[in-house]
Amino acid sequence: MSGAGDRTVLAVEGLDVGTGHTPLLRDVTFSIARGERVGLIGESGSGKSLTALAVMGLLGEGLHARGDVRLSGRTPATRNLLEVGEREMARLRGDAVTMVFQEPMTALNPTMRVGAQVTEVMRIHGTRDTAGARARAVELLDQVGLPDPAHLARSYPHELSGGQRQRVVLAIALANDPALLICDEPTTALDVTVQATVLDLVVRGVQERDAAMLFITHDLAVVATVCERVLVMYGGRIVEAGPVGEVFADPRHRYTQGLIGASDLAGERGRRQRAALPTIQGTVPPAGRFPDGCVFRSRCAHATDECATLPGWTPRREGDGPGQGSAPGEVGRAAGYACFHPAGGAA
Amino acid sequence: MVLRLLHRAMVFVLSVLAASVLVFAFMRVLPGDPARVALGINASDASVAALREQFGLDRPVVVQYLDWMRGMLTLDPGIEFISKAAIGPQIADRLQVTLILVTTSMILAVLVAVPVGIWMAVRHRHVDGVVMSAASQVGVAIPAFLAGIVLISVFAVRLRWVPSGGWAVPAQDPVGFLQRLVLPSIALAGVQAAVLARYVRSAVLDVLREDYLRTARAKGLRPVQALWRHGLRNAAVPVVTVLGLQLATLLVGAVVIERVFVIPGLGSLLLDSVAQREILTVQTVVMVLVVATLLITFLVDALYLLIDPRLRTGSR
Repeated sequence: MSGAGDRTVLAVEGLDVGTGHTPLLRDVTFSIARGERVGLIGESGSGKSLTALAVMGLLGEGLHARGDVRLSGRTPATRNLLEVGEREMARLRGDAVTMVFQEPMTALNPTMRVGAQVTEVMRIHGTRDTAGARARAVELLDQVGLPDPAHLARSYPHELSGGQRQRVVLAIALANDPALLICDEPTTALDVTVQATVLDLVVRGVQERDAAMLFITHDLAVVATVCERVLVMYGGRIVEAGPVGEVFADPRHRYTQGLIGASDLAGERGRRQRAALPTIQGTVPPAGRFPDGCVFRSRCAHATDECATLPGWTPRREGDGPGQGSAPGEVGRAAGYACFHPAGGAA
Repeated sequence: MVLRLLHRAMVFVLSVLAASVLVFAFMRVLPGDPARVALGINASDASVAALREQFGLDRPVVVQYLDWMRGMLTLDPGIEFISKAAIGPQIADRLQVTLILVTTSMILAVLVAVPVGIWMAVRHRHVDGVVMSAASQVGVAIPAFLAGIVLISVFAVRLRWVPSGGWAVPAQDPVGFLQRLVLPSIALAGVQAAVLARYVRSAVLDVLREDYLRTARAKGLRPVQALWRHGLRNAAVPVVTVLGLQLATLLVGAVVIERVFVIPGLGSLLLDSVAQREILTVQTVVMVLVVATLLITFLVDALYLLIDPRLRTGSR
């Protein structure tokens, strides 16, 4: 990719996902650079997990993806992942791109020893040395902070706590030193006390490998601690993007503003607003029932007739816009919003 | 785990004991005096009483029961009232035949049902999967004896490919043995395969929805590999349950099929003995069936432990 240079690991452009007639994701465009940690936030049903599954090539039957998804890890991104076959995609999965899921209690095979499940991901991707893989698995379990890893490798998942299982899932995800780690609400199902530890392990594991990370959550506080940049998703579209500090301190899209106002993250400014906007009014419409134009206008207090047409992408700062020579939506979407009546700023 | 097995073994022994009392009591309550049946309606009360004494039926019930139990434990449950033939060897002979029939049918059913069930699950959104599923649904509804009669009329009567019934000892006439085994096995296996395939289908469908299968895919396994390496063992637990139940059903189902195909198995022996009021034979055959069924249940339970490590934990 020209704009973000050679450090781009994942470049998603114009990603549409839908069933035959119901669009679920529209024009999702973002990129993640090496070593960069990007949060993807939004309410349930906004399309966060679907975005992750589309990148992984794990969309369920009946869902179709169009657009352009490129991944450069150890090899340059020459092919659109949406067009490669299952065999080739499987080769990337678990190796160049890995994923940590939300539910640690059910993510592991109950009839297989934990160590074997870690070893397997190495053996699938070409490790021939069984004893070596086993030793490496114990090492990985040790790295994710599990006590007595050699013994633990011989246990079954049901003998572990939720936090321990999520560490095992993380060990599996890190085993092959991925270029991109996708975390889908990895701590939501965990006790508050272990959340911080697991988050810390995720960040450390990614940093050590200089990997890119896409971190899906609805917990803004987690994004604030873990990520550098944030994508705000609503109704299957990315409505705002930018550095975490800027977006959270000065949200431009009315949806982002509502999200932050409704979270405990809101500072003095947010608290003032809370009286007027304690929650975002209304509920997320069912899939495919989002309005035309601005997807948020059915719940937005600032919506006007103008919002019936799709708002274009406005860069957060002058000069951030689509530069000459680069395709629209490349660098331009790194920091900006899609709203006719933005909050804050000069508007 | 050992505790659990011991516990199951205890349950097994107690069940056998309870069953033996029940079976024995039932046989005494049923109408039809063996002695009177043997002598005919016109026999005098005195001669009937004499024969009852000879059969040992005049003794106290408890003594009869204990005698029978001791006989079964020493594998010599006694002799038949009329023919005076020893019951033990007869049952052993017949049991062999029935076991061959049941085992063949079960293997046949599993060989058909497991791949078909997996196929139906994997292709459940496609035409072929739906068609197979509907076909299995119909298969479930066809009783074994009807399948047997249809098979006989087509392959034995019309096409004359195989004999319509009877039995041959495998060692003496292997070809004749196989020829006579084919139709009854298929008749017995048919329904079982249809039922089993439906269970395999739903078990695999359940597993396909599991998170760990998605994890397996995320690790880089293709769908079929993921199902093979991570899904099937987990799908096996409910299937093994049904398999055990079916094996028990087959033992009993064989009674009817043996009748249809004139096979000298345990079922035929049971029916003949009932007709002749050979209550000692009847209750012994029934006990053999009961023990076999309970044994299967016990083995199924042991298999669970082998398949699912979650059940091995001491607390359960």
